Amino acid sequence: MSSLFEIRGLKSEIEGKEILKGFNLTMQGGEVHAIMGPNGTGKSTLASSIMGHPKYEVTEGEVFLNGEDVLEMEVDERARAGLFLAMQYPSEITGVTNADFLRSAINARRGEGNEISLIKFVRQMEAKMKELEMNPEFMHRYLNEGFSGGEKKRNEILQMLLLEPKLVILDEIDSGLDIDALKIVAAGVNAMRAEDRGFLIITHYQRLLNYIKPDYVHVMMQGRIVKSGGPELAERLEAEGYDWVKEELGIVDETVGQEA
Amino acid sequence: MSTPTTSFGREAAAKLARSKNEPAWLVEWREEAGQLASTLPLPKPEKTPIHRWTLDVYGANRPGQAVASTAQLPEAIASLLPAEAKGALIVQHNSAVVYTQLSDELKAKGVVLTSLEEAARTHEDLLRQHLMTAYKRDEHKLAALHAALWNGGVFLYVPRGVEIEEPIQALLFADDAEATFVPHILVIADANSRVSFVENVTSAIGDTETTLLHNGAVEVFAKAGAHVRYAAVHHMEKAAIDVSYRRAVLDNDARIEWIVGDLHEGNTLTDTKSILKGNGSNSDAKIIAVGTGSQRVSLTTQAVHFGRASESDMITRAVMTEEATAIINGITKIEHGATKANGQQTEKVLMLSPKARGDANPILLIDEDDVKAGHAASVGQVNAEQVHYLMSRGIPKTEAERLIIYGFLDPVVSEIPLEGIREQLQRILERKLG
Repeated sequence: MSSLFEIRGLKSEIEGKEILKGFNLTMQGGEVHAIMGPNGTGKSTLASSIMGHPKYEVTEGEVFLNGEDVLEMEVDERARAGLFLAMQYPSEITGVTNADFLRSAINARRGEGNEISLIKFVRQMEAKMKELEMNPEFMHRYLNEGFSGGEKKRNEILQMLLLEPKLVILDEIDSGLDIDALKIVAAGVNAMRAEDRGFLIITHYQRLLNYIKPDYVHVMMQGRIVKSGGPELAERLEAEGYDWVKEELGIVDETVGQEA
Repeated sequence: MSTPTTSFGREAAAKLARSKNEPAWLVEWREEAGQLASTLPLPKPEKTPIHRWTLDVYGANRPGQAVASTAQLPEAIASLLPAEAKGALIVQHNSAVVYTQLSDELKAKGVVLTSLEEAARTHEDLLRQHLMTAYKRDEHKLAALHAALWNGGVFLYVPRGVEIEEPIQALLFADDAEATFVPHILVIADANSRVSFVENVTSAIGDTETTLLHNGAVEVFAKAGAHVRYAAVHHMEKAAIDVSYRRAVLDNDARIEWIVGDLHEGNTLTDTKSILKGNGSNSDAKIIAVGTGSQRVSLTTQAVHFGRASESDMITRAVMTEEATAIINGITKIEHGATKANGQQTEKVLMLSPKARGDANPILLIDEDDVKAGHAASVGQVNAEQVHYLMSRGIPKTEAERLIIYGFLDPVVSEIPLEGIREQLQRILERKLG
């Protein structure tokens, strides 16, 4: 049986500069993996490349979701295949309400002739917003426009709850969140944990991992995973920083050479 | 059936007016306009070479057939009537008004709704005090031609203190490309009155080599404390040119709300201007435009502040597809003495193809210190980040772009207070944008 999610030898560049330098990872259903690492080591590039952001060019490697190569797919097909990226900087889109946007996203999955009824959709959306303690007015606000950083992050989680993806990537979902919001977001994620679903959590800090317990923790440096372990690895990183990892592996500059 | 005029001046103007049995004052007034038309130059809208447009068409007087009820209107017109045409309605077919409907209740309150031609006979004084005083005959050649040639037209008078609930609808329709199609709409809202007016300009001339020139004008006079909401939706075919000058003159505490859908398929020159004469007067203009094909569009909005504490806001949003070009001008002028005035404007153009062009020119002219004024303008293409974001949630690219384009217009469309107009705009947008 194939794994839920597998990344093989992924290389990716932006504006001709290679950032990911052969990234490998295998995840089984039900697992939560955390990717930690200092700034500039390629964490967000990993997330953006998997999702197919137009600025990043994948030059080598494969990414399989339930045995299908997602890199062969258009961005929207990747999403419909079950991939979801909670973005670090979600776009603001004037004139498109949160509700219209989400209904379009749900209907894109259901296909023509099988659209969700408006009433059913509104009920679902209201229920999930309540779970996330979001003000109901955010339903009719323009997508992310004028949202605070924390509100945007909650809105990303709201989308995740409604779209029920198979593989969720959270790209620094904890940045800009206060502790209460962090708990709410974590509860949303935990409620989604299931045997056939995986989570890939990208974060700087161990803080989030107190609330979402990872099965595996990976350290990313120089555009690839350099060390893997269990939850205890995250705790040690939090306590001691990354220097010991660099020392152990003989790494002087952990970044992919971005300007400091 | 008369044949289209090929040259135009003093004599032609007088001859036409006499042939229509117009009152002597109007014949003379038209004669003067004809004289001006033969000497004045064309207007010079920013970066729009209108001298290359076919503007030297004067058409022939081709009045449509007058009818006694909407049921007798030609099918092409009847199908355009608002479903709930229970309110007041006036219909111009080619060169003449063919139908007018006004409830007895409104008549009893002193409301007047007639063709402007009729009003020239029945309301000479009001006409002579107002007609082309806000849009003057000698502004340029097109204004002079308009004065000399205007036909059919609408005259609406709302007496002091009268509030009209239902919008008054005007349907201006041409199905003869050789017709002179020059409607003038004159709205006089007397002190403290309230009225909404909805104007629809449309055509059924098909693919023709002949240019139909709609050389239209609107003048709104809102007296002290009057509120006028003026909605215009223009959607003629490619073979037509739309020239529309709109003017509002506001007395103390008067208010105008312009809602304009410039969705015409052919070349378009429109200029919508509020003159805030009175203290505390207020103007709000919302304009959307969609350009397709190789259309050239020049849209100007203007607010001129004379009154103290007068306020204006102008928002224009234009979507340009294919090879269409839009030049969007916003002019806020605050005259000396208009203390505490506040003038704001925003122009945005969204271009959907590499060959589409857009230009936004915000201009603030301020001769008074104690005022507020602001402007914002942007011209750009559909944002790739936004498309990616929507696609990353499973929305196909075409649908993502559609959401963004409609979203671009939504801040104007969703603010339109008349549901019928909002729905109509949406229908036309869907046709134009696919």
